[in-house]
Amino acid sequence: MKSIADIKAIRDKMQAQIVNRDNSDAELETRIVVGMATCGIAAGARPVFNEFVDLVAEKEMHNVKVTRTGCLGMCKLEPIVEVFVPGEEKVTYVHVDPEKAKEIFTRHIVGGQVVTDYLIGEQ
Amino acid sequence: MRELALNVLDIAENSVKANASLIVITIEARKNLLTITIADNGKGMDKAFLARVTDPFTTTRTTRKVGMGIPLFKEAAEMTGGRFSIDSELGIGTTVTASFVIDSIDRAPLGDIAESAVTLLRDDIDFVWVYTVNDKSFTFDTREVKRELGGIPITSPEIIKFLKDMLEENIESINGGIIL
Repeated sequence: MKSIADIKAIRDKMQAQIVNRDNSDAELETRIVVGMATCGIAAGARPVFNEFVDLVAEKEMHNVKVTRTGCLGMCKLEPIVEVFVPGEEKVTYVHVDPEKAKEIFTRHIVGGQVVTDYLIGEQ
Repeated sequence: MRELALNVLDIAENSVKANASLIVITIEARKNLLTITIADNGKGMDKAFLARVTDPFTTTRTTRKVGMGIPLFKEAAEMTGGRFSIDSELGIGTTVTASFVIDSIDRAPLGDIAESAVTLLRDDIDFVWVYTVNDKSFTFDTREVKRELGGIPITSPEIIKFLKDMLEENIESINGGIIL
């Protein structure tokens, strides 16, 4: 069974990676922000958040941050995900589920193409 | 809310917004009662606000402290024949306690506690989770994890992923085949 003692090995591996990337400039960071107020949580935001975390961890994308935010005022469109790519306009996806999260990650975060089907204007 | 673990995630977000630095969450199943407590050292509430905090229609939206979250959690507990209470003191913190009759047909499943726990992780706030089923108990303290991490953020995706696996394994071992 895994325990806190196992963290040392992961830490050592990650510290080596941090040395390798000195451009940890916040301006170059892509942010994936998941709405996580009562409305978002009830609509299924938690698995969406964790899907993004798993994908970022898997691809070892150190310049991508997954964070949470409160209610965005459009509760019926939850789960809502905002993507901030440096130098580009904010993109808002609505009614996101873990499957759509995979697609958004592959096509937008990795591939650089906005997934227009899930945009707020399309709903 | 489909799972009590989602209520816990939601209520703990209130503690985050109340500027808590430490949030202690205990989940305890003994005999036929499941008791969940979320205690924080945040800014607390005054008596007037506390008195109407469980009413979704008198909640002031501008404070952004509570909305539907507390009423939903209260309802989830009381519909099983369990109890709900919330204590708070300005400048000291807030404690929310809900108990659930385990074999009630109206009780929502406990759900994925590991996922709720890792979703809440933050670099600037500490969490202690104490998970008890009868006489077996498991404690997850982010302060211990952060000491081991030596500066690496606890919110790094790789760390979150590891901690989720670790929590799942430990919770499963505590459950010993029981599904709450």
